[in-house]
Amino acid sequence: MTTTEEHKPFEAAAVPLTAHKESVANKVFGGVSLVSASLILATLAAVATFLLVEAWPALTDTSGELAAKVDWIRPDMGQDLIQIVGYLVFGTVLISTIALLIATPLSIGIALFISHYAPRKLAAGLGYVIDLLAAIPSVVYGLWGAIVVLPVLQPFYNWLGENLGWIPLFAPDPLTGTVSNTGRVALSAGIVLAIMIIPIITAVTREVFLQTPTLHEEAALAMGATRWEMVRMAVFPFGRSGMIGATMLGLGRALGETMAVYMILSPGLSYSFAILQGGLHNTIAANIALKFPEANSEGVSALIAMGLALFVITLLVNMLARWIVSRRSEFSGAN
Amino acid sequence: MSKRIDVNNLNVYYSKFLAVEDVSLAVEPNSVTALIGPSGCGKSTFLRTLNRMHEVIPGARVEGEVLMDGENLYAKNIDPVAVRKHVGMVFQRPNPFPTMSIAENVLAGVKLNNGRISKSDAEELVEGSLRGANLWNEVKDRLDKPGSSLSGGQQQRLCIARAIAIKPDVMLMDEPCSALDPISTLAIEDLMQELKNEYTIVIVTHNMQQAARVADRTAFFNIAGTGQPGKLIEMNDTATMFSTPSEKATEDYISGRFG
Repeated sequence: MTTTEEHKPFEAAAVPLTAHKESVANKVFGGVSLVSASLILATLAAVATFLLVEAWPALTDTSGELAAKVDWIRPDMGQDLIQIVGYLVFGTVLISTIALLIATPLSIGIALFISHYAPRKLAAGLGYVIDLLAAIPSVVYGLWGAIVVLPVLQPFYNWLGENLGWIPLFAPDPLTGTVSNTGRVALSAGIVLAIMIIPIITAVTREVFLQTPTLHEEAALAMGATRWEMVRMAVFPFGRSGMIGATMLGLGRALGETMAVYMILSPGLSYSFAILQGGLHNTIAANIALKFPEANSEGVSALIAMGLALFVITLLVNMLARWIVSRRSEFSGAN
Repeated sequence: MSKRIDVNNLNVYYSKFLAVEDVSLAVEPNSVTALIGPSGCGKSTFLRTLNRMHEVIPGARVEGEVLMDGENLYAKNIDPVAVRKHVGMVFQRPNPFPTMSIAENVLAGVKLNNGRISKSDAEELVEGSLRGANLWNEVKDRLDKPGSSLSGGQQQRLCIARAIAIKPDVMLMDEPCSALDPISTLAIEDLMQELKNEYTIVIVTHNMQQAARVADRTAFFNIAGTGQPGKLIEMNDTATMFSTPSEKATEDYISGRFG
């Protein structure tokens, strides 16, 4: 072989500058992912259209036909469709807020324990258990809540009503002078919902906490920070937007939860903040489940209008969450 | 106040793995001591035992003793958190807290452990520490801006200011210039010469010229092979180490034959 021939492979390997035909695999994969992405948008649009179209008759009814055909719509009692939706939005937000107020600190505590306090083996086990909690169907949570949790909570509610009844939240029923004796109240629903959303909030915050730069943690420790001070200096500021995003995801789940609330709460309609009295609140989702089996076509249309309201609320919450989480990217560029 | 450090028969472990074996050396007060050696020889690991940062890693532990002015830092009744208030540390990469302003970064250590400080004292301490780190003139007009808005070299000097704000006795520096450009490196090296008037300084460096420029004494660490523990080969005045080292391995390393 001559020297020239040895150089030949180099020339042969040179890629031509002209465009070449796209491979089949490339095209197929591109097409599949495009279709998948479009499906999501199409589904969302389909759901939104369905809700709007089906709810339209109920929303635009001015003739009083709706009230005549749906027995639970009572304009004479201040309960026309819009007013009912108002009560239910209030109930939904109230109960979800209770759930969030209980679940957020607990979840952050658990996540912090797993990420920064527990020995490695225990942390792995705990993380697994938390993920298992997320897999329990909500109807099981509802059963457990109704049968096990309510009797446990009742004495505590009695105590709250007797000793802290002057706080509007814990006010007893003005007629009987006591709090509900069944425990089927907004606080119970909030507590069970809190247990249901703890896994998702914990899982997301744990991931965020684990991503805290070692550099910042060591900076705090090397200045003589205790572990808790290190967490406050390095972990929380870094994970702040992640924690907010996780909480919003939990809120999104709490807003839409149906079965657990349906099985626990004694339903009613009001703008009352008395979370220890039964028959005052209900959520949109639980109300739909409650009324749907006996609904005629007008009733279904009215229920779908409520579904539309829930759709809008969850959409807003999720958009808020996305927005907060996306602000993170600016922060992470800080170092 | 500058303090001396005496290390006696120190073994450092990561779980069962012996990372650094049987180190005994003395660090004089008001001096700069450089630790040099090839990658993986345990010099950074050793440095982190001097403020008990080593044990932050799960499973890490130490045998032997580290005496600071005669007091064993590894005695049973010693709180590692308190040790770190006396032995400050500057890291390889500048790590100011990104969510804190320049002034807050300087005060971060002082406010720990329920430390309270009046506003005028705080301002004084911020200025004093930033002056001490040769950074005051560059940042005095933007103390409320985030620490991460500074250049790499400025950030590193901010970290030094943060470390001297808690008034330590000893300052550890773990390759403080390895992420910096030559001019920033020079600024930090000049700073070290000023800082040694008040503190005992121990610096880990990969850069032998840097050791030769800044250190009064130099310790050479080496490792026999992968999986073997790092050992202190020899320690001497920097001038002697770089002209007539007593060990063959030291001579090979500083003349660039390996590492």
